[in-house]
Amino acid sequence: MTSLLVIIVLVLLAIALWQLTKIFDLTQVGANTNNSQVANDDDNKLQGYLMFGFLAFIYIFTVYGLVKWGGLVLHTPASAHGAEVDNLMNITWILIFIVQTITQGLLYYFSFKYSGKKDQKALYFADNNRLEFIWSVIPAIVLAGLILYGLYAWTNIMFIDEDEDTVDIELYAQQFNWTARYSGEDNILGKANVRYIEGVNIVGVDLADQYAQDDKVVKELHLPLGKKIHFKIRSQDVLHSAFMPHFRAQMNCVPGMVTEFAFTPIYTTQQMRDMEFMQEKVANINTIRAAKSIELVAKGQPALDPYTFDYLLLCNKICGASHYNMQMKIIVDSPADYKKWLAEQPTLIEQVKVANTPAPSPVSPVKNQDSSMLAKETKVIAQVAIK
Amino acid sequence: MSAEAHDHGHANGHDEHEHHHKDTFITKYIFSIDHKMIARQYLITGIIMGVIGVFISLLFRLQLAWPEESFKVFKIFLGESYAPDGILSNDRYLALVTIHGTIMVFFVLTAALSGTFSNLLIPLQIGARDMASGFLNMVSYWLFFLSSIIMVSSLFVESGPASAGWTIYPPLSALPQAITGSGAGMTLWLVSMAVFIASSLMGSLNYIVTVINLRTKGMSMTRLPLTIWAFFVTAIIGVISFPVLLSAALLLIMDRSFGTSFFLSDIYIAGEVLHYQGGSPVLFEHLFWFLGHPEVYIILLPALGITSEVIATNSRKPIFGYRAMIMSIIAIAFLSTIVWGHHMFMSGMNPFLGSVFTFTTLLIAIPSAVKAFNYITTLWKGNLQLNPAMLFSIGLVSTFITGGLTGIILGDSTLDINVHDTYFVVAHFHLVMGISALYGMFAGIYHWYPKMFRRMMNKNLGYVHFWVTAICAYGVFFPMHFIGLAGLPRRYYTNTNFPLFDDLQNVNVIITVFALVGGAFQLVFLYNFFSSIFYGKRTVQNPWKSNTLEWTAPIEHIHGNWPGEIPHVHRWPYDYSKPGHDDDFVPQNIPMKEGEEQLHH
Repeated sequence: MTSLLVIIVLVLLAIALWQLTKIFDLTQVGANTNNSQVANDDDNKLQGYLMFGFLAFIYIFTVYGLVKWGGLVLHTPASAHGAEVDNLMNITWILIFIVQTITQGLLYYFSFKYSGKKDQKALYFADNNRLEFIWSVIPAIVLAGLILYGLYAWTNIMFIDEDEDTVDIELYAQQFNWTARYSGEDNILGKANVRYIEGVNIVGVDLADQYAQDDKVVKELHLPLGKKIHFKIRSQDVLHSAFMPHFRAQMNCVPGMVTEFAFTPIYTTQQMRDMEFMQEKVANINTIRAAKSIELVAKGQPALDPYTFDYLLLCNKICGASHYNMQMKIIVDSPADYKKWLAEQPTLIEQVKVANTPAPSPVSPVKNQDSSMLAKETKVIAQVAIK
Repeated sequence: MSAEAHDHGHANGHDEHEHHHKDTFITKYIFSIDHKMIARQYLITGIIMGVIGVFISLLFRLQLAWPEESFKVFKIFLGESYAPDGILSNDRYLALVTIHGTIMVFFVLTAALSGTFSNLLIPLQIGARDMASGFLNMVSYWLFFLSSIIMVSSLFVESGPASAGWTIYPPLSALPQAITGSGAGMTLWLVSMAVFIASSLMGSLNYIVTVINLRTKGMSMTRLPLTIWAFFVTAIIGVISFPVLLSAALLLIMDRSFGTSFFLSDIYIAGEVLHYQGGSPVLFEHLFWFLGHPEVYIILLPALGITSEVIATNSRKPIFGYRAMIMSIIAIAFLSTIVWGHHMFMSGMNPFLGSVFTFTTLLIAIPSAVKAFNYITTLWKGNLQLNPAMLFSIGLVSTFITGGLTGIILGDSTLDINVHDTYFVVAHFHLVMGISALYGMFAGIYHWYPKMFRRMMNKNLGYVHFWVTAICAYGVFFPMHFIGLAGLPRRYYTNTNFPLFDDLQNVNVIITVFALVGGAFQLVFLYNFFSSIFYGKRTVQNPWKSNTLEWTAPIEHIHGNWPGEIPHVHRWPYDYSKPGHDDDFVPQNIPMKEGEEQLHH
């Protein structure tokens, strides 16, 4: 089937090419017998029209794209600083569209309008200080505005006030999964280093550290609504990047250092699911998945599960063969639900105690094996885990 | 130095040289020290590398549009180790992405673009017999050839070629346990790049020395064509920044092979703690991008230089704001060395640095805007000869604007938070440096083909080539902005593990179809290029009625460029349609008429 399609496409291309050369050849019939391969008046005229046509193509394609794909773009941000980011983004976009429309318009319009004719003489116009001054200064002023706004927002987002009351959570990256560590009652994360990794202590917490006693290590990230979350981010092997697109948040995970990012979630997962745009998006995705499932079932493969929205943490820095499937679910709860969930989680110390009881415990070898597994096998496991 | 005295000495030296010199096949075609031959060698090697680079991208576009499906082409071209049962494997997908990036950035757009046109045009346009050192020039090409061979051969290593992305960030690139491509494949990558850098440095030093020392009488710096200015400044930033990449590569080699810890620290992988301590991958990122960002302009400036020349010639008008163009080339070059941090806003470096780099980065938009406006004004009230080279130059200005504008988003640290490393970045840099520089290269090829091969390329095939390429380039990269803004990360083998991205799949199919069509139509160019070498229409000496000195040299190539004395220069290169002259062009070697005024500043 695909090879047939490929052949058809190739044949059509060949025909299109043949026809196009013919058109160009026809434009020269009779007009000029000289075959110097330098553009003559007929070429200039035709190419001038095509330039104008191309301008139309750019405009129409832009509008088409905005209408057809504009809805795919990330919508309402789920974090407090997100509105500021999106606002700056929208201002920048308006500016870009204005400049793009004008400059492309002039470029292609001039190409059409002044396409060469035999008796036409170009204007000798080598420079004009005033014009050049104007178009150096206008971009400078506009950019100064953008820079100031951008720097103001950047400072607000990135500089985390130490005195502020935050919930401290560690994000821990490894090929190819995420782990989170909660700081517990004392809100201080215990010391950690990869050299402490042993058995269930997969993030390498120093179990002797007094601050580590109430730390909790989990595989699902729960965040309380309306509280500022201060992420301290580590990696055990290669660079990763903790990307939480719905929260307009991202920070690389660098082995050997702790990086930071902080934001305040402002919509619970349920609130986000209930938003109108989200329901439309999810319905659309489910239509796509249903159609695909029919194909899959016809081939004897299992159907796809319907999709429900969840916030996600993705890896966004190339980190190895299974980079494309390194994710963790994020759940934003009301503060009460969050507290309840957190209370249910065992502390790391308890987990270690359980693991170290004499009863044969398969947990630790499996954990170790996990990270040493070959990339391809990880891929399979990860896919199974998703389903 | 006295240009005149120098001129005579040089000319005589070469004339004598001519008489004693008998070219064998080897000295003429293989180990040639003639800059025109070296330019052609660069061009043809570059085209072959370009075919490989583009073909690789079409392969992984197939995977992105129809993930994990079996394709015959994979079976044929990639074989079992890359694509078991015709399904591209996930680690080899990354290998293809890495090699595509490396080949296109370094081997095609740096070496082939700069190497071809700097070598061809610097001596011819400044009025010199050859490069300052023909021997160094030859060594430079052969080192480039050697590095190309090493890079391509890494595709055949059993454990796979380098797979850590063209930015080869450690620890991924340092540890074979992290990805198989970081074994022998990465070693070959590093060796190839080290050789490449040596080649690039020899070339660049040669360009700089030649431009400074060997200009003909009357060719002051402010009478240089903008092509030469662009090549000159490009060579300078190459000399400044490439050694830093070499140092990064050497330190990485030490980390990989000799157990040092420059870039590595606290690593637990494959079930054991490694001994590395105290290094930082962020240091590597700084070193890499200290080259990496100027590299963007090393690629782009020659393309802009070519465009300036082609647009002026074909508009039959002086380039608008010649001095402003030179100033903006210099400003861009200077700023390009202090903006590297904008690739690292999310790297974990101090956010204060992010503020500084946002500031310098957005500053670079000003000279870029000046250049774009000047091009547009050059077209205004011109008499545009829409030759294929001119179309590609106009196309370059178009994609340079479209791609450049989204740079305002990426260069703003706040906005970069959410688009960093998504397809938005891919769309941005492909338009602004990939496609633009390729257009510049095509413009240069169509324009100077008669100078290089003494024959003309077929213009109608050139038109077909341009229009299909132009539509497909926008067709590929315009939709990519949207999927990037939807949060889709780059370098994902497939997006099927994220139902969230299911609605982006049909956009990916559209992109791939445009890419395949655009890729297929490059065959038109290849056919035109290679068949014209043998069957093209024979050219006249100055087919485009251009002002610059290369068109005063005879069609037949001779070692030393001009048979008699080197022409002297009496005016700037942009006296097109100057009032008071019968022709609409006045070559640089024509003396000023009695009472003729210089009409530009």
